[in-house]
Amino acid sequence: MTKPSARIGVYICHCGTNIAGTINVAALREFAATLPGVIVARDYKYMCSDPGQELIKADIAQHGLERVVVAACSPHLHEHTFRTACEEAGLNPYLCHMVNIREHDSWVHSGEAATAKARDLLRAAVQRVAWNRPLERRSIPIRQSVLVVGGGIAGIHAALTLANAGKKVYLVEREPTIGGHMAMFDKTFPTLDCAACILTPKMTAVKDHPNITLWTYSEVIGVEGFVGDFKVRVRRKPRYVIEDLCVGCLECIEACVYKQPKFYDEFNQGLGKRKPIYIPFPQAVPQVVVIDPETCIEFKSGKCKKTCLEACGERQAIDFGQQETIETIEVGAIILATGYKAFDASRIPYYGYGVYPNVYTALEVERLINAAGPTGGELVLRDGRKPRSVGIVHCVGSRDEHTNRWCSRVCCMYSLKLAHLVKERTGAEVYNFYIDMRTPGKAFEEFYNRVAEEGVHFIRGKVADVYPAETDGRLILRAEDTLLGQVRKIPVDMVILATGLEPQADATEVRRLFNISCSSEGWFLERHPKLAPVNTFTDGIFLAGCCQGPKDIPDTVAQAGAAAAEAMQLLDTGSIELEPNTAYVLEEVCSGCKTCVGLCPYNAISFLPEKNVAQVNEALCKGCGTCVAACPSASIRQHLFEDEQIFEEVVGVLA
Amino acid sequence: MPEATAPVGQNQTAAFEPKIVAFFCNWCTYLAADLAGTSRLRYAPNVRVVRVMCSGRVDPQFVLEAFAQGADGVLIGGCHPNDCHYQEGNYKALRRYHLLRRMLEQMGVEPERFRLEWISASEGERLRQVVNEMVEQVRALGPFRKSEQFEPAEEAVAR
Amino acid sequence: MKPKLAFYWCASCGGCEEAVVDLAEKVLDVVAAVDIVFWPVALDFKRTDVEAMPDGSIAAAFINGAIRTSEQEEMAKLLRRKARIVVAFGACAQTGGVPGLANLYDRESLLRAVYSESPSTLNPEGTRPAPHYATNGAALELPVFWDRVRALGQVIPVDYSIPGCPPTPKLLADAVAALLTGSLPERGAVLAPDKALCEECPRRESKPDKLAITRFRRPHETLIETDRCLLAQGLLCLGPATRAGCEARCIQGNMPCTGCFGATSRVRDFGAKALSSIASLTGSNDEAEIIRILENIPDPVGTFYRYSLPAAPLPGKRPNRAGK
Repeated sequence: MTKPSARIGVYICHCGTNIAGTINVAALREFAATLPGVIVARDYKYMCSDPGQELIKADIAQHGLERVVVAACSPHLHEHTFRTACEEAGLNPYLCHMVNIREHDSWVHSGEAATAKARDLLRAAVQRVAWNRPLERRSIPIRQSVLVVGGGIAGIHAALTLANAGKKVYLVEREPTIGGHMAMFDKTFPTLDCAACILTPKMTAVKDHPNITLWTYSEVIGVEGFVGDFKVRVRRKPRYVIEDLCVGCLECIEACVYKQPKFYDEFNQGLGKRKPIYIPFPQAVPQVVVIDPETCIEFKSGKCKKTCLEACGERQAIDFGQQETIETIEVGAIILATGYKAFDASRIPYYGYGVYPNVYTALEVERLINAAGPTGGELVLRDGRKPRSVGIVHCVGSRDEHTNRWCSRVCCMYSLKLAHLVKERTGAEVYNFYIDMRTPGKAFEEFYNRVAEEGVHFIRGKVADVYPAETDGRLILRAEDTLLGQVRKIPVDMVILATGLEPQADATEVRRLFNISCSSEGWFLERHPKLAPVNTFTDGIFLAGCCQGPKDIPDTVAQAGAAAAEAMQLLDTGSIELEPNTAYVLEEVCSGCKTCVGLCPYNAISFLPEKNVAQVNEALCKGCGTCVAACPSASIRQHLFEDEQIFEEVVGVLA
Repeated sequence: MPEATAPVGQNQTAAFEPKIVAFFCNWCTYLAADLAGTSRLRYAPNVRVVRVMCSGRVDPQFVLEAFAQGADGVLIGGCHPNDCHYQEGNYKALRRYHLLRRMLEQMGVEPERFRLEWISASEGERLRQVVNEMVEQVRALGPFRKSEQFEPAEEAVAR
Repeated sequence: MKPKLAFYWCASCGGCEEAVVDLAEKVLDVVAAVDIVFWPVALDFKRTDVEAMPDGSIAAAFINGAIRTSEQEEMAKLLRRKARIVVAFGACAQTGGVPGLANLYDRESLLRAVYSESPSTLNPEGTRPAPHYATNGAALELPVFWDRVRALGQVIPVDYSIPGCPPTPKLLADAVAALLTGSLPERGAVLAPDKALCEECPRRESKPDKLAITRFRRPHETLIETDRCLLAQGLLCLGPATRAGCEARCIQGNMPCTGCFGATSRVRDFGAKALSSIASLTGSNDEAEIIRILENIPDPVGTFYRYSLPAAPLPGKRPNRAGK
């Protein structure tokens, strides 16, 4: 192909001093003006500002510019801005190309080397943009439904917000009930509202909402498609109880051949017991029992008297033959609210969790002090005694080189809450061992003061060791009190470990399923930490709650609302424009070798036997360009990433 | 005899700044470089990034062209296995990389000059490490100089 | 007056000359239509005869072979002066050809291999060819053996190329006909179809839509089926990357295409592109398995640049660095 000539405008952004403080923008502008095809070269304080964009628009009109190169920040930030500006000035947006001289240059390099790099990148861009061609975006309708994954407070709030706005919502939760961690808490800080009292009405609202399809005990197993048109497969695990027939009378549980609950009760952290047929907790939603095939005699031996069936009677809700089903749904957007996992305290051996019975995790204590918990709300040790002294260890699995470096954000506050509740319920002396007290939320510091005034002890020091006293078997917490500058050993009856928050164990699998990114710690990665905190790099997939990072309930709810609003905004747009960087076949020269056909992960390429050529279905093509790189006769090309454009960049950066 | 063909840059190794052409995928490694930027992680200024949507778009022709045009090294950055934004593009890159790597070795291109690295969007620090390490390795090797297309007769006869 | 044609050979095997002879009875038509003024293989004209011709007096010179010696370069330049059209005839002239693979070695290694180390060499004095040689009062001039092999186009401007190792007689006849009728395409063109060979492959319908190769086989390692796509049998057939126009001669001989017709016009670098397509078909995503499968391609340069190394972006092995 002969090299095209075009009238090119080059715009160099100072970004205040972000770029101009490092790169010699005047020299860069002068250099740009010497490049072939460049009609006008300018530098400006903020190209992305209105006056900056106006500069470009005015030049397009005055100088008849045919191509625009903007050297500024990452195209991930402002490519859309400048393309739109060009479009508004009558220039096809794909005739605009960005050069990243901020993230890739001024922020990471210095001195002449930074300016030299900017020159190379700019030269490459000017050379490549000459080959850019006008392109049209494809438009597809957006499905007016949203999938919310995870039925904790984040998922519940997002689902309700969307449903109240008239959107069809599928809420998928893998446990038998929605409610998540919040349903396990007794009170919430700093207001000490009863968690169940504020959560359960929302749970019920989810169940009752005509716009919400609630699938508990279900997991997403496949996601295909893209923004506006996701196809999602959901596995509905058998609970051996027909949801529509069960009325939640719980008579079957009463009737179970196990007269006493005998098995590990997940909801109560194993502090209580349940039967093989059970409901996780009294206010569970849906109010449908579930049978655990691992412990049910009928499943294990087939020789149970099946007293539960009898109790269910005519309702016939119990179905031992129930099979898992796979549902396929089509949605326009997805909100991930898959939550967190509490840090496994046994990973820190010197705190003795799992070794000394009176070392508890915070979540266990939440269940112990909850009126619906295994002790009916009595805070007692495993031997039934009331503790007279309690030590709360902060930052267990947080802010720690050996486990997790991050601050889990909620532990200081829930430790204060537990300190208050423990003191209130038992009158025990409570010792909080903290590294720093972090109480930056609304009314948090006031709550800290209140708890301190209530007589809770605060010791600034990281607990080094928990061990039993030789005399009375109480547990001794050894820590350096960094305010006193001496080591203290405090004997207590009960140790509460304020375990931090971690990404879910299967976060990696989940993120792969949804094709999104994770931070190195494993939290789902937001598109921008400040300005797109609930978006992901995959369009149409949004984040809510702790799957994105530790946060408290108010922040989670706020984020869930934001994710719902983003999804709603997307749906209300009605249609979505897809990037035109798809592959296309030059039919007149394709030899029909089929090399490309099997390489496409989206089955977007088919072979037409009658014409002996390959054909790209542009609606399915995602624009990766793998087929283009593989085509042995260069008969498939990619819009916006044509061979010539990439060759020009290679030559340009090296010239 | 090979002395006569020793690269001119040999005596100037101290002043030698390698140029490395990097093909970064839009969704992982390019974003890692963005993250290195927002995190102000300083690293060697020797890399010139060419953005492609996917490492699977990197045609070996681009790699050869880069060397032919004077690159001292070529780095391809893609998403980790199983993490490709386009499901499998990185595997296509991997397949091509291994055959191309062997072909380049036959042509006398040291393995340090041609790398394929998986760097995810969150690995700004790893991006810095990879770039710094590669720049140092290539700097130690000296400038890449492709075989001359033709050597003047006099020189040839003189030997 | 009939237009004058010249034929010349440089670093080549003689196969391209055979292609001219293989015109068979058609050669008579050619001879009837043109005057062959220079053809060292077949006719007794000397270099001095060509030198005596006026510049531009030859209508077209068909030059086959790569450029390895000073004499070949001089003759190419001479013919360029005398001929209005120069055609690079065959893969060696077009892109360097098989002799171009010698660019993987420097001259010293080549001379050492041929004049000292080859098992059949008996050369106790270590005699080497020298450009100037005096004996018994007579001085002998030999062409200088250059350090590298070049394609014809890297020595003189070339107007057209006819690909192939060797080209088919049909392509030659078509070219001569186009020359005589003035219907040659734009200068720089390759006088062969610009599609890949699969287009005209008799086995194309047997090629599966999705191919994943888990074992590459060399022709001697397998009993080759005569009616099934060779790639589908694991044979490294470069047909998908190679220009059509050969009438699939090798395939018809039950051998895979080795790429002598070179790339289509849209590809800059035959070797890299062919490598890309073949590697992409590797039937695994596991790194160790990928490496293992690709090890069945023991000589990537020889496989993918068999006919085009001197014309490639990296036209041979890099010179050793000092101290190595």
